[in-house]
Amino acid sequence: MIKKIFFQSIFFNFFFVKEVFTAESGGMPQLNPEFWISQIFWLTLTFGILYIVLSKLILPKISANLELRKSQIQENIEAAEKQRKNSESKLKEYDDIIFKSKLEAKNIFKDAREKVLKNINSKRETLEKQIDEEIKKAEHEINVLKKSAPEKINKIAIETSSELVKKLIGAEVNNSSISAIVNDLTKRNRNKYYGN
Amino acid sequence: MAANPMTQFEVYRIGPEIKIGAFDISFTNASLFMVVSSLTILIIFNLGSKKNSMLPNKIQLLAELSYTFVSKMISDTAGSKAKPFFAFIFSLFMFVLFCNMFGMIPYTFTVTSHIIVTFMLATFIFIGVTIIGFVKHGFGYLKLFVPSGVPIVLLPLIVVIEIISYLSRPISLSVRLFANMMAGHTMMKVFGGFVISLGIIGGWLPLSFSVALTGLEILVAFLQAYVFAILTCIYLNDALNLHH
Repeated sequence: MIKKIFFQSIFFNFFFVKEVFTAESGGMPQLNPEFWISQIFWLTLTFGILYIVLSKLILPKISANLELRKSQIQENIEAAEKQRKNSESKLKEYDDIIFKSKLEAKNIFKDAREKVLKNINSKRETLEKQIDEEIKKAEHEINVLKKSAPEKINKIAIETSSELVKKLIGAEVNNSSISAIVNDLTKRNRNKYYGN
Repeated sequence: MAANPMTQFEVYRIGPEIKIGAFDISFTNASLFMVVSSLTILIIFNLGSKKNSMLPNKIQLLAELSYTFVSKMISDTAGSKAKPFFAFIFSLFMFVLFCNMFGMIPYTFTVTSHIIVTFMLATFIFIGVTIIGFVKHGFGYLKLFVPSGVPIVLLPLIVVIEIISYLSRPISLSVRLFANMMAGHTMMKVFGGFVISLGIIGGWLPLSFSVALTGLEILVAFLQAYVFAILTCIYLNDALNLHH
């Protein structure tokens, strides 16, 4: 029902429209040249003014604004980059300082150790020297004693021999002859006695 | 009732009759909407370029987006040599767009639905492009009609076709915009008439159709302005960079 009315009315509407079309003169008002000159004139005027104002005043401003913003953003990016580089170099510096101070600490430690070692060494050397000297002295004394020992022993031997002879035989023997015998013996058996 | 769908295109005088010599240049409703469109464009873009803040407000964003949109369109189609014509193409695009969009408001007049207006714009573009072509390339611009890599036998035919297609540029450009606008507005008016004639029972279908058509027409209004501007860019590209 509604469909029927709809299509009928579409049909009638076209009919109606056509009737109106024919009733009014000309059909398309666009083809009526009455106001063509006026339209051309006003189009030229308004479009010309629009073009002049846009191209001379507004568009350069928008372009400048865009450029400015672009350059500002670029500048900010560059500044950020610079800061980043700065902080990186600072970090490097810091690392360097730490490295240097570590090295220094190592050096100080090394120096101290060396010094201590040197100290110890020198002390040891002097001690060794002293010990050596004392040993030398002792050796010397021993040597002296060693050297003086045969004489003393000879003396003792002579005395004991004379005493022994006196006790055994009861006769007094000349000391000089005993000493000659002892000396002779010692001379002969020196190596045997003092094996040196 | 159910007025003629063509009456919306009628031009009538507003105010007194102005005559220069034999020519009638009276202020009409067409002139009114040309002035309104231009003024709106100027006001919007003036507000949008007034102060430059790091974070643009809405109107500034609108202006700058339109600027970059048009400049990208030009550099994509016509290359960097078309920079000096940026302002012209920008104002052309904006003028056609705003005239189309103002036409979408009920009871307004669509300036671009008149063949004389679009034809004047297209003729101006055609003549301008031809002059630019001849100034840039001298008579070498005529090479445009002789595409390279075409067999000699076909050449006479191709040249004739190329010349005809070149000469029909202003007609195709103007008729495309004018016919689109006129057809869309007529169709909307016809469907609006159906709403009245079908009444409360049957009127809902054409009404919903009308709503859908309004959306479509807004799309067409933008698209036709874009097409008009981009075709101008393509013609300009032919004149600036002779590819043939």
